[in-house]
This record gives sequence, structure tokens and C-alpha cells, in this order.
Amino acid sequence: MSGTGTPSVAMSGAESSRASLGRVPSTWAQAVILSRYQLRDYLRSRRFVLMMSIVALVGVILTAVVAYFRPASLIDNSSDFYGGLWAGGASFVILFAGIIFGGDAIAGEFQNKTGYFLMGLPVQRTTVYTGKYLAALAASLVTLVVFLLIVVGNAAFYLGPGAFTNLAPLLASFVLALLYLLALLGFTFLFSSLFKTSLYAVLVVAVLFLFGFTIISSVATSLAHIEPWFLISYASSIIGYPLTGTPPHIAHIRSPFGGGTMTVYSPSIPEGIAIMAGYFLITSLLGLWLFEREEFT
Amino acid sequence: MTPSLEARSLTRRFGSFVALDHLDLKVEGAKCVGFLGPNGAGKTTTLKMFTDLIFPTSGEAFINGISVQNDRKRALSVCGDLIETPEIYPSLSPREALEMSGALRGMDHAEIRSRTEEVLEEVKMSDWVDKKIGRFSKGMKQRINIAASLLSDPEVVLLDEPSTGLDPRGMSEVRDIIRGLKKGRRLIFMSSHILSEVVDVCDEVALLDHGKLLFFDTLSNVTSSFAGGTPSVDLSFKAPISDADVERLIVPLPGVAGWSRLDPRRLAVKVAGGADGQSQLLEQLAGLRLGLVGFRESRSALEEVYLREISTGDS
Repeated sequence: MSGTGTPSVAMSGAESSRASLGRVPSTWAQAVILSRYQLRDYLRSRRFVLMMSIVALVGVILTAVVAYFRPASLIDNSSDFYGGLWAGGASFVILFAGIIFGGDAIAGEFQNKTGYFLMGLPVQRTTVYTGKYLAALAASLVTLVVFLLIVVGNAAFYLGPGAFTNLAPLLASFVLALLYLLALLGFTFLFSSLFKTSLYAVLVVAVLFLFGFTIISSVATSLAHIEPWFLISYASSIIGYPLTGTPPHIAHIRSPFGGGTMTVYSPSIPEGIAIMAGYFLITSLLGLWLFEREEFT
Repeated sequence: MTPSLEARSLTRRFGSFVALDHLDLKVEGAKCVGFLGPNGAGKTTTLKMFTDLIFPTSGEAFINGISVQNDRKRALSVCGDLIETPEIYPSLSPREALEMSGALRGMDHAEIRSRTEEVLEEVKMSDWVDKKIGRFSKGMKQRINIAASLLSDPEVVLLDEPSTGLDPRGMSEVRDIIRGLKKGRRLIFMSSHILSEVVDVCDEVALLDHGKLLFFDTLSNVTSSFAGGTPSVDLSFKAPISDADVERLIVPLPGVAGWSRLDPRRLAVKVAGGADGQSQLLEQLAGLRLGLVGFRESRSALEEVYLREISTGDS
């Protein structure tokens, strides 16, 4: 009986694997393949129905408000209309899409045990991470485009052909929204890699974006009197600037609670782009680094 | 081309608990190896390191001579595996799941299509090919997982308790599948604690306990060395066989060292001469036209060895 064997490498076996590897697609090609099937899963899932319901609800509310009040400041020209409806709504849609599609993207692989199926295949962890990121991006993009169509539909109703005369600012705003989506997904994927339980990952990201960043921003500007340049939510305000114009970097306004003035910071477009690009790169790479070290115990 | 699996001083600790302790094991050639051990022995931990699901504290795992830890993509490109009971994206159908698996392995569309039909037929899931996996029972999902692990017709197959979650018919079908796999030039490494399953389908066995390898050898050698020197085989006949016929026709055959009755149609016969002796006896029995319908190594021998070795390890 033997318990050990000689540590020789069978050359024939190695050659066989090389031949098989010749057929295995590159890491990037595998990521694209994986994203296709993951996207298919997203589009058929209840979470997609939930996200589309949120988009529809936001669209209905905006449509109803404009229809009821018909504010002259909005229906005057296309830039004001898009600035009022698109800019604020897009950040909201992106936030929910990021949480719904990205929050448990990696954590779910552990919790739902789907990772055992994927990681048994000849793929790198990078492939799984990238593939899932691309799928979450595509699914989020679908919802963002649907929201855009709702806004453009409204604009066409109230402004007629005027809704389409100057689309460049809207396009620029859409590109900035896309950059915000990239950064936000990077951020959600980081937390998704940090936890093996979907609920924790989703909750942490939701609480941070819905409450945490707002509180940190208030503390930074009101108490510490510093510009909150380190917050992704601060950078997201640039989405509307191509439509509404860039406000002054620092403004002193009368406090609504009385007792003097308060300082309001607004990022410039280049500053906002830099913050979002930084978030995207740093959080994506950090999330990938964490996932590379995660074990399927 | 010889398929191979090798663990070189493979060790895994979880805190102060040593799940696998310097495992040195090399398995080479087309065969089926049963990886036995009680719960917590380190079987799944070993298989997870062979598929890079977890990382070794020290040591390395090789598939076909390629380090899984250094180059998982190359190592796993020749390997089909089923570790625990993985879940597949619930809204996908078996066809889509296998398409994804095949595409990630680099198989072309025509190959994926034809192999999908074959493997789903093999696991008896052809009627469910376009239904959503999320609605399947655990047993049905396990069949799809088995199909996915066989899709690329891999040289090396790693199975972690493949019968888990299956009903008796499903378990029997899994054994048939594994027997079918053995017909190809393929190395099958299968963890199990169902000894009858191992006796049914495996050529060699390795026994692990408390993270240490207790033995690794052919099934015949294991049973003969540990179970009183002479292994026994279970013979099944289509009709009851009398003691007189056994004494007159079977006992005089070369290699027969004794016998006992299991039931009117089944006998346990001790056979000397290892695998050659068993082979010779089978040929002789076939020539006697006694209505022999079953011939397999006695389960009790392996069971005896297993329990003896595990209790020795505990003491």
C-alpha cells in the first residue's frame, strides 16, 4: 500500500492541458461571456421588475407634478426642463440601480453558492468579478435609459420639436451620469466583496448613500468648514451642470434655521469627474483584490 | 496522455484546527479512485484545494502536472468537477447553464449543442432542458451539476459526494454514469462515505481521517490486506442455489478459499490470488452456466477495513 507518490510531472498530461487551454477563451472574452448570462439572469429576475417599478414610479411622479403645476421655469426651454427632471431623477435611479444590481453581486456568489459553479470552471476570479460588473452595469444602464426616455417623452409633449433642438447638454449630462454609475458600481462591488452575506452588503451601501454621506457632508462643511471632495455623493451633483450651469465653487447662503450664514460647496465639472474616476478606479481594484483573496469555504 | 492528480504536502489549517495535514498523494492513469473518510476528515477540503476554491496553508495541488495554485485556468481546463451542491443562476435553463459552461471552456456552438443533448440524456434531464433551474428540486439541480461537469468530456473528473441529495434511483443512476465514465480514458476522483458506492464503481481507495492519509491502494489489496488476508466476492444468481451445488461446482474452482450464504440466491465467496484470482473465478463461473447475474467485491470487507482504520485513528 502506498500513501505517497513520486513528485514527477507527467509530460503527456501537461501537453494535453496546453492543448485544452488553447481553446479556453482569454480572461476578457470569458468576462464578456459570463456577463451575457448574468445579464440574462438579471433581466428575468424580480430585482429587475423591482428596479423598473422604481423607475416607473419616479417617472409617474415627475410626469404628474409637471402636468399638475406646469411650472413655467421648467417648460420654458429644453435645458431647464431636462435640468429639472433628468438631473435629480438620474442620481436617484443610479443609486437604486447600483444597490439593487451591484449590492449583492459578489456576496451573492457566496451566499447563494452560485460561485461554486462558476469557480469550478477554468476561469480566473478576475473573470467572475469583471463579468458580474459588466452585467450590473448593463442592467443599470437599461433602467437609466428607460428613465431618460420617460423624461424625453415628457419634454416632447410639452416642448414639441423644441425638445430635440439642443440635445448636446443632455448628452453631456448623460455621460456624467454614466461616469457616476461606473463609480457607484465600483463602490458597491467593493462592499459586496467585503461581505459574504448579501443583506449586509446591500444594507451598508444603502445606509451610506441614503444617510451616511449626507451626514458626513454636513459635518465636513458646517463644522469642519472643509470641502467634502472625498465624497462620491458630492461629485454626483455635477450631473445636472451641463443643463443648469455650474454654480460658484463656494457660496455663502443665509441659514434656513436663522443665526447667520452657511457655506455651500459645489464641485466644478473637472473636479467632479476626477472624484468619480478616482472612486471607480480605487474601489474597483480594491474590491477585485479582496475577491481574489476570498475563499469558498 | 496520462491524466493525473497530485497533492504535494498539501496542508490546510483553519485557526488552530488542522483540516488537512501534509497530504502526499499521486493518482495517475484512467481509473476511478474513491476518497473515503468520516465527516470532517478533510475530503472536501482537499477537493476544494484541487479546484482552487480555498487556498492551502502550505503545499500544492496539481492536475495533469499543472499547479492549481499557480495557474488555475490551465489546470482546470482539463477538469470537470462537482464540489458540494453548487447553485446555478435560477432564471437560467439547463440548456443555458450548459451553454455558459461550454462557452467559458471554449467549446464551439455545435459541440456545446451536441454535448448538451448527450449529457442531459445521460443524467435523465432531457425533458427539463428549457425549464428554469430555480424551480428544480435539489436532486434535479445535482443532476444538472453532474451534466455540467461532464460537458467538456474532461480527462479528470473530481466529484465530491456526487449522490448527495439524490433519491435511491438517482443514486443508482449516478453510479451508472460513473461506470460509463470509466469507459473513457479518464481519471475519476470521488469523495464519498457511502462504501457500497465506492465498492461498486472504484478501482482504488484512499482513506483519510483527521486530515491524514491512512492508506491508498487498490480495492483488492485493501480488502485482502486488512480483512483477514483473503478478499471475498458477492455472487448473485437468478435462481436459488443449493449448498450441494455450491460444494460440488463452486468450491473446487481454483482460488476459492471458502464461502458463506447471504441469502438463497447470494453467496459470499473468499477468493485467493487478488484481482487475477477474481478474474479467473468469474470466467470459470460464467462457463458453468449457473445463472450468475452478479459478481462484485464484498462490501463487508471494505466496511470492516474502514471501521478498523478509523477506530485505530481515533485511539
